[in-house]
Amino acid sequence: MGSYIPATGEERQAMLQAIGLTSTDHLFDVVPENVRVKSLDLPQGLSELEVSQKMAGMASKNRVFQSIFRGAGAYCHYIPSIVKTVTSKEEFLTAYTPYQAEISQGVLQSIFEYQTQICELTGMDVSNASVYDGAVAAAEAIFMCQERKRSGVIVSGAVDPQTLTVIQTYCESRDVPVTVLPVNGYATDPAALKAVLAKDTAAVYVQSPNYYGVLEDMDALVAATHEVGAKVIMGANPISLGLLKTPGEYDVDIAVGEGQPLGMPLSFGGPYLGFMACKQAMMRKLPGRIVGETTDAEGRRCFVLTLQAREQHIRREKASSNICSNEALCAMTASVYLAAMGPRGLRQVAESCAAHAHYLAGELAKLGFALRSGEKPFFHEFLTDCPVEPEKLCAALEAQGILGGLPVEGGILWCCTERNTKADMDKLIAVIGEVLRT
Amino acid sequence: MSNIPAELKYSKSHEWIKEEDGVFTIGLTDYAQSALGDIVFINLPEEEDSVTAGESFSDVESVKAVSDVFSPVTGTVTAVNEELLDNPALVNEAPYEAWLIKVSQVTDSEELLDADAYAAVVAAEEA
Amino acid sequence: MKLLFERSRPGRGSTLLPACDVPAVDFDQSLLRAQAPRLPEISEIDLGRHYTQLAKQTHGVNDGFYPLGSCTMKYNPRVNEEAASLPGFTQVHPLQPQETVQGALEVLHTAQQLLCEITGMDGMSFQPAAGAHGEYTGLLLIRKYHQSKGDTARTKIIVPDSAHGTNPASATMAGFKVVSVPSNDMGGVDLEALRKAVGPDTAGLMLTNPNTVGLFDANILEITQIVHDAGGLCYYDGANLNAVMGHVRPGDMGFDCVHLNLHKTFATPHGGGGPGSGPVGCKAMLEPFLPAPRVKEAGGVYSLYTPDQTMGQVRSFYGNFLVVVKALTYLITLGKEGIPEASAGAVLNANYLMKKLMGHYDMAYNTLCMHEFVMTLQGLAHDSGVTAMDVAKRLLDFGIHPPTMYFPLIVHEALMVEPTETESPETLNEAAQAFLEILAEAKDDPESLHHAPHHCPIGRPDEVTAARDPILRYNFEA
Repeated sequence: MGSYIPATGEERQAMLQAIGLTSTDHLFDVVPENVRVKSLDLPQGLSELEVSQKMAGMASKNRVFQSIFRGAGAYCHYIPSIVKTVTSKEEFLTAYTPYQAEISQGVLQSIFEYQTQICELTGMDVSNASVYDGAVAAAEAIFMCQERKRSGVIVSGAVDPQTLTVIQTYCESRDVPVTVLPVNGYATDPAALKAVLAKDTAAVYVQSPNYYGVLEDMDALVAATHEVGAKVIMGANPISLGLLKTPGEYDVDIAVGEGQPLGMPLSFGGPYLGFMACKQAMMRKLPGRIVGETTDAEGRRCFVLTLQAREQHIRREKASSNICSNEALCAMTASVYLAAMGPRGLRQVAESCAAHAHYLAGELAKLGFALRSGEKPFFHEFLTDCPVEPEKLCAALEAQGILGGLPVEGGILWCCTERNTKADMDKLIAVIGEVLRT
Repeated sequence: MSNIPAELKYSKSHEWIKEEDGVFTIGLTDYAQSALGDIVFINLPEEEDSVTAGESFSDVESVKAVSDVFSPVTGTVTAVNEELLDNPALVNEAPYEAWLIKVSQVTDSEELLDADAYAAVVAAEEA
Repeated sequence: MKLLFERSRPGRGSTLLPACDVPAVDFDQSLLRAQAPRLPEISEIDLGRHYTQLAKQTHGVNDGFYPLGSCTMKYNPRVNEEAASLPGFTQVHPLQPQETVQGALEVLHTAQQLLCEITGMDGMSFQPAAGAHGEYTGLLLIRKYHQSKGDTARTKIIVPDSAHGTNPASATMAGFKVVSVPSNDMGGVDLEALRKAVGPDTAGLMLTNPNTVGLFDANILEITQIVHDAGGLCYYDGANLNAVMGHVRPGDMGFDCVHLNLHKTFATPHGGGGPGSGPVGCKAMLEPFLPAPRVKEAGGVYSLYTPDQTMGQVRSFYGNFLVVVKALTYLITLGKEGIPEASAGAVLNANYLMKKLMGHYDMAYNTLCMHEFVMTLQGLAHDSGVTAMDVAKRLLDFGIHPPTMYFPLIVHEALMVEPTETESPETLNEAAQAFLEILAEAKDDPESLHHAPHHCPIGRPDEVTAARDPILRYNFEA
């Protein structure tokens, strides 16, 4: 049996004696006898060697693809070596939320640096210390916009479908009406948006690049929304912001997104990172932890958790969000990633993603995989027709060690990152060619 | 000892009230600001909002606490002291100058206390 | 300490990527950002040293004793980390075909089975990413359950006044009104007040047991009965499960759903405030409402499915999967005997440390405690002016992370101490010694305690200025 209790049997006996008991059973005398557990139906504990073999056995039942052309909310990017080294440091790994600033300057400063980087990336004024993931960030942002005279949200139908489900789940319990905008040609139609915007609309949520990879006509969508006085929430891919116009430049009110591409492995869906940044005017509506700069009595610069009166531990049932633990170590991961990449490195990643995706789209088109979004600009994902059964094609690719695009709406949603080299793409095309011939 | 000006009226929940020509100016008493400690932010209503006697219309944040501010009267907010949004410390420094809101069209009011009666309330809480 | 941005020099950085091997995309200028983000340009060695310095200014469980009440800062075993960094777990896409992720589904299914056995529940979802997220999800289960029966009048959640602030905040988010009930003089639920509070509008009760003062509420069966008789459901906040796991199960105490904090009870690291994992378990009648997707097993094959009346999703994919891997590693290490032994060890350590301090410090409740105990420094503050905050700050100089301060709210000048089972008797003895030395200082030189800590990288920060004039990002122009 494994155990992490240092005290030996004799020591435990001595401790029991010190508190006036004879057996550890008496520690639980207060528990009603009829509900005391006699024996748990669990397997026997194991030694570390046995445990590590057992876990390795489970891991080996998962297939790791060397060549991945699938995104749809989880992206396979290169992670610089320094990222893992830094975030494995046990001081960071084993600390709690930095309540005691005097012995938590490391974590606090790193969050302050993360907040600054997210502001730079998004072009917004204020960032929080992270939320659970990109979908939750979108839902929390919608709550930030609800006012007494404005409620409800219009959500583009071209956003990630899981994000939409999370938004609907969150909004239902708070009685925030959700209107889903029909998609026109794989993008959000500004005219359709105008038709449903009302003077009591609180917010519009748009994702760009959207689920189909298409860059939305943000200028038109923002102008229409602001015209009725509602807020715009933009979901963005953080890698794309190394190159593309920022939410700040589009004049949106809140920028959110999934931070996983910034140095977090795919990990079967988590832990990931929800980032949230907003304009100065909405600062006090941001949920979650926020770190601020101040000084100590000797005038030394230092960092603390601040604006805490917004939060649940103080405001209780009047808090606008219940979040406490967030994704601090993932925020640090993103921060190290962005520092390692620097402005040129991040731009290179973004350019490479786009270049690979456009090359692949061109090659696929030659094989009859027509681009469904036509001439609309896209970043690193795109939806194509599929001349054969999509599942059949993907199975054939898997047999060759390739995880193909995701079957979506009868077609395939492809994704390329900087990792998908020309050689990998040419191999993919060759295998597809084989499938089409048979 | 708390400063309790004789010319003002008070509520049991530590707001001061000054009535002039049907306009009720409302702020926090010296006792209240001292109990709250350093005030870091004040959430204020907007002009034309209605307030109800006995109900919260604002809350005041210190570093580790948040406290409701209650309206002693029912009516419509006609002015909000926006200076407090930028400088909430004014409430600590000069509580009887740093008013929060002005209310007109007052249709109902709690029983307002005079300075002596309020001093007794404060004395009872300090005991 | 310099910030990353203050270490930046134009032109520095590492060569991480090859040149692009296909033609660049010629995006329309109107789609491009006008200026590059001001990310640091920094060499790898300087980046490494930056974080090494930051690490030196951070106190984790691996640096020293961390008796932060209600947070269960136990040791985070290394083998768990190793398991969670296996490529078979980290390099798997969440939307891979199910036959290629059988190991990942086995992790979720096995963890569900083990945790259901420990809690006495029938089904579980790992989607919630932290405790508060789990509370929210559990409350949505309760909401959906009443709705499915057409019982729309049940709009209120009862929460004791001793509860964590997250409980009422989560209830509000889930669309309920919060009814606060007072505690009795042992910090437990006041049965009379509860009887008066329940009614046809009661959706449920949220409760932590042991409660937030570290005492087991022996009336628990009566409490859950009162709520059930009124037609409400009972929600177990698993924040304090480390006190009782393996000795009593929430399901047997009358609870209908629970959330667990894998980052507390099941030894996964807190990471400076996440990622955590807050799975929600429930009885069979609530299972149809769990978030989608769920995992099932038939004939050794695992698959995903959508519960027929699902609430939807509370985040993307399946939750913080790697955190579940770590918790599962811990669960199978401890096993049948190790689980109850861990909680017994936690209770023993708490009582041992409390005994050492009793007679010197005032305890809020003079009785055997569970996994944590609450001291009240009201007397000390009255006599010497030294507050719970002062004592906490002075502990930092001894290399000890302070207990939770000023919580629960029903105890004045509270310090809440949770040693956990993974601390040795020597560590507890040394901590007791530190507490006693500080008490002596409070009598001899109270003034110096107001300025503690004396040996940390910084002194007490000016939190008032931080909140009045927030500086929340680096100013590049300054």
